[in-house]
Amino acid sequence: MVQYSHSHFDTAFAALSDVTRRGVLEQLARSDASITELAGRFGMTLTGMKKHVGILEDAGLVATEKIGRVRNCRLGVCRLEEEAAWIEKYRQLWAARFDALDQVIEELKRKEKADGRKKRT
Amino acid sequence: MDARKERETVPAKQRTTVERKSDRELVVTRSFDAPARMVFEAWTRPELFKRWWVPKSIGLTLLACEMDVRPGGGYRLVFAADPEPVAFFGKYLDVTPHSRLSWTNEETPDGTITTVTFEETGGRTRVVVCDLYPSKDALDAAIASESTGGFPEQFEQLDELLVTLGA
Repeated sequence: MVQYSHSHFDTAFAALSDVTRRGVLEQLARSDASITELAGRFGMTLTGMKKHVGILEDAGLVATEKIGRVRNCRLGVCRLEEEAAWIEKYRQLWAARFDALDQVIEELKRKEKADGRKKRT
Repeated sequence: MDARKERETVPAKQRTTVERKSDRELVVTRSFDAPARMVFEAWTRPELFKRWWVPKSIGLTLLACEMDVRPGGGYRLVFAADPEPVAFFGKYLDVTPHSRLSWTNEETPDGTITTVTFEETGGRTRVVVCDLYPSKDALDAAIASESTGGFPEQFEQLDELLVTLGA
């Protein structure tokens, strides 16, 4: 089973806890926008909007790209989903290894048992 | 060996769990129905190690497996690959019989440090494998590039196998 560190959920939930940031996500779901456009739409300073976008970016919810002097924002790929898929593959590799290790161990046990019997007789 | 005995010796499969413990750490946990000294032996004797580290189901061919299991000792695993074989190597940092193993992974500049602990309780052993990445970015990059410490091919082949099994 895949388990997450709490820090990942905490970051995403903290990012979503603010009404402006949820609004920004809604906006970006409709179309990409620059930080200046977002600041204008939400009646905020550029600095204030940069901070909100930064928090969304850290949570992987938004991706930004600087084109010339404009920082363009769009919805991020869902990093949690990507990570879950990767971790599951990693788990499957180890599970396959460990199932093979079980067999090696069973063989060691049988050998030890047989050796024990030999010593007693 | 008769059928009844055969059943007795086939172990019930234990669960393997994986957790991203922190920004830099991946932790794999699994229990084995054997004392720690036996499990430890399977991790430290090359002739045993190579039989399970590259399980048949993964389809990779191990060409060489050299392990000098002592602090400072080196190891080298060579896999058949196209166009040329791929080597995984590093050195052991800690070798504490039956309880702890630690080694470096030096085939990539951002290699992890792997630490394995063996905890025995009532004849059973819990194995915890921790892969520590040099930074959060290194682990994020590994996830993004689909290469876990350099086993992308293994994963691809494992994918194929799982598809086959599921079909």
